[in-house]
Amino acid sequence: MLVTRGFKGKRRGGDADRLRLPPGQFLTPEFPVLTAGPTQQTQIDRWTLALQHGGSLLGKWSWEQFEGLPQTEITSDIHCVTKWSKFDTRWRGVTIDDLLRAAGLDAAPTGFLMAHCDGGYTTNLLVADLIGARAMIATHFDDLPLLPSHGGPARLLVPHLYFWKSAKWVRRLAFREEDSPGFWESQGYHLRGDPWREQRYEGDQ
Amino acid sequence: MIDAATAAARWRVATVMAIRNETATVKTISFDVPGWPGHLGGQHVDLRLTAEDGYVAQRSYSIASGAGSGPLVELTVDAVPDGEVSGFLHEELRIGDQIEIRGPIGNYFAWSAAHDYGLLLIAGGSGIVPLMSMLRSRDAAGATQPARLLYSSRSIEQIIYRAELDRLAAQTANFTLTQTLTRDAPSEWTGERGRIDRAMLARWQFTPAGHPDVYVCGPTAFVETIAEHLVAIGHSASNVRTERFGPTGAIRT
Repeated sequence: MLVTRGFKGKRRGGDADRLRLPPGQFLTPEFPVLTAGPTQQTQIDRWTLALQHGGSLLGKWSWEQFEGLPQTEITSDIHCVTKWSKFDTRWRGVTIDDLLRAAGLDAAPTGFLMAHCDGGYTTNLLVADLIGARAMIATHFDDLPLLPSHGGPARLLVPHLYFWKSAKWVRRLAFREEDSPGFWESQGYHLRGDPWREQRYEGDQ
Repeated sequence: MIDAATAAARWRVATVMAIRNETATVKTISFDVPGWPGHLGGQHVDLRLTAEDGYVAQRSYSIASGAGSGPLVELTVDAVPDGEVSGFLHEELRIGDQIEIRGPIGNYFAWSAAHDYGLLLIAGGSGIVPLMSMLRSRDAAGATQPARLLYSSRSIEQIIYRAELDRLAAQTANFTLTQTLTRDAPSEWTGERGRIDRAMLARWQFTPAGHPDVYVCGPTAFVETIAEHLVAIGHSASNVRTERFGPTGAIRT
């Protein structure tokens, strides 16, 4: 540990808040917007969500059909790799478990998945990180439809991983036989991105 | 043999070699980073500050220096009001101090001489920093493709790197600099006035002709607006690379 001469820190929030923060994170009351390119504007009447494995389609839902699936609320802290964290964010959508069930699947066909989004963004995930009510396709934030700048109409929500994994404008979840890097993961970011293990960059353990 | 990712993820101890004022609220800090693996224009670093009792704060900052600057890494830091780390860097940091740094990070919002295509750069405020790193890298590499920078500042006093930008524009045949002032422009100001809009983009040929690479950096609202304009005037969204910073989080320049 190298002590930085003269640095005391502002230490915002109490000790309880700081224990809730993964290493290297700081708390913000705001909701910053970060995207690699322009915000996508996807019309709901042209939106579909697909679940696929190799060349075969496992399920596909229009917006109306998707809204008819069981709705779940998740309240969770979120952590961005750029260091901000936000506590108690409240989301509504369809869990990945319910999505698999709606596709008539008892279990996911493989252990790995690539999320594909409008605008070409991709991110890779372990299926284990998506099931057990830990992840969803979110359509609402704080009871309001998700804004395009925050990934609306629908984004992936995987709050226990760094937030780049919670892909905005998600349209397709493709099961794969093995793990391979998505967009940020091929630009020097970590394959899994667990904030509690501070897996920010490719070289982090 | 250590691969590039492992080298970039390693924390190193940097020593402050120089601090200079860019504007009233912006400073550039030069660090000597032994073993620095080198960087591309536009990449960033993480800084880690540790208090005596073990309290730690980390932030990301854009690199200001160009590629090939050896073990010297320059960061240009805007003093964020009440900023925990930028406040420390502005008010407390002295020449000879040591600080932990790791990087370079991010290969996406970065310019490499291996991809010397036409370049359109649009900066708002301290969003100029990673773009300046690209321009310096480009200059050092003798890039041959045309580059244009449209740089929006509130007032003349808040323009960062003003003299160097003017010099680059005068000396480099294939670099075109346009500045706009959004609040207070003196009567003798010959640049643009007001916020960047589609007409201004068209006037300075920020068009999709030739499929240039486009980089936009600035506050969130600025980047959102500019990216929307660029797509509206025909740029492919996949050619428009953005980096946003706000009052919190994100890349702080």
